[in-house]
Amino acid sequence: MAEAIQTLSTKHLLGIKDLTLRDIELIFETADTFKDVLNRPIKKVPSLRDITIANIFFENSTRTRLSFELAQKRLSADIVNFTASSSSVSKGETLIDTVNNILSMKVDMVVMRHPYAGAGVFLSKHVDAQIVNAGDGAHEHPTQALLDAFSIREKYGEVRGKKIAIIGDVLHSRVALSNMLCLKKLGAEVMVCGPSTLIPKYIETLGIKVEHDLIKALNWCDVANMLRIQLERQDIKYFPSLREYSMLYGLNKQILNSLDKEITVMHPGPINRGVEITSDVADSKQSIILDQVENGVAIRMAVLYLLANQRSK
Amino acid sequence: MQRLTLLDGPKFQITIQRLCHQLIENHNLFENSVILGIQPRGIFLAKRIITELKISLPDVKIESGNLDITFFRDDFRRKEGLLLPSSTEIDFIIEGKKVILMDDVLWTGRTIRAAMDALQSFGRPAKVELLALVDRRYSRHLPIEADYIGIKVDTIASQKVIVSWKETDQEDKVILLSEK
Repeated sequence: MAEAIQTLSTKHLLGIKDLTLRDIELIFETADTFKDVLNRPIKKVPSLRDITIANIFFENSTRTRLSFELAQKRLSADIVNFTASSSSVSKGETLIDTVNNILSMKVDMVVMRHPYAGAGVFLSKHVDAQIVNAGDGAHEHPTQALLDAFSIREKYGEVRGKKIAIIGDVLHSRVALSNMLCLKKLGAEVMVCGPSTLIPKYIETLGIKVEHDLIKALNWCDVANMLRIQLERQDIKYFPSLREYSMLYGLNKQILNSLDKEITVMHPGPINRGVEITSDVADSKQSIILDQVENGVAIRMAVLYLLANQRSK
Repeated sequence: MQRLTLLDGPKFQITIQRLCHQLIENHNLFENSVILGIQPRGIFLAKRIITELKISLPDVKIESGNLDITFFRDDFRRKEGLLLPSSTEIDFIIEGKKVILMDDVLWTGRTIRAAMDALQSFGRPAKVELLALVDRRYSRHLPIEADYIGIKVDTIASQKVIVSWKETDQEDKVILLSEK
């Protein structure tokens, strides 16, 4: 067997920030084989038979939760699901108490989404389980960034040297931050585009280009990653109206056709059709939005498989 | 480290040819039979056997593929390091076929157990057979035996059997490595 001593450099997946380039490549190579598994008549392998995983979601989610759950089931792990709205959190239980209670039921891994930035890091210091961050506030969403980069790699063969524009509500987006870190590590050029109120200050220090004109950004890039306006995180008004935002930063078929090259359109979901992207663009051939979702399961299988190997034997 | 050559030169070639003849005796023209090499080292054996079979049966098309068993192994998380997968290439239907699994060395039988599990994901074969170039006798952990055997050797657990191929390692050879 090819038993080169290779593992991830980290025990938890808290953010892209902690991953090395080799880690990311290892995840992609493993995801390639899992994608293969997902196209078989029987889409299940017994690798994680002896692992129990708790999915703890303190925030709403459709894609991420289903994708994690499917990935876990495809790997034959045992799973328990927990959503904050239907739990004792509403009775005043703290995060550590909640998780420790779940852990005393012998859970090996925790997949957590939480509205506060750093919740995953905090938890990893206080409980004895492996933590996979499924989104913490406006901080990081590592598996989304991995699957986005994986989808770009699948479309173009490699990520290095590609130009990716992240367009929209960059300020409130954990997807944007994780994407920037991941793409930079893989050697891509990254630009953010949006109204100046929604672009974080000093973002240039990360080596990211900033552009406020949508057309210029689209003409520059190979791939446009459109972000949703996160109204639920906006405590003040950042732009006059959704209608005005959509006129200035919404991507429609007319704009797409006016470009001198064919770009690829991505969206992490959920889509607000008619705001950041119109239906004819979202459903067009240039959009790889549904490929992203498909790749999400393979990427999450790879992450869980590689992390499970890090558990003390 | 002591190196003892168990098989090389013309004898290696004769062994491969004998295995091919045994396969032809049982499978005629391979109408309903497929060959699967077990990743990573069994695929070289499978390729060689197919090359030899084509010399005896020039007009026959033999279906073949590679089977990766990484995710089905029972020693995940029990070993140092990570088990990294190789690719599985099976471009045909296994349902109802006679499958001949091929691996270079049969030792504990655990790889073959995993391969039989992995095979289930591709359908229900009519029959599964095993061909091994080297059978390390008296070392099985599971009740598994090969249908076709190149050579049988008696070994102890600390020894290693290594098969090299002229396509990738310059030389057809089976060697036994012993400590001291």
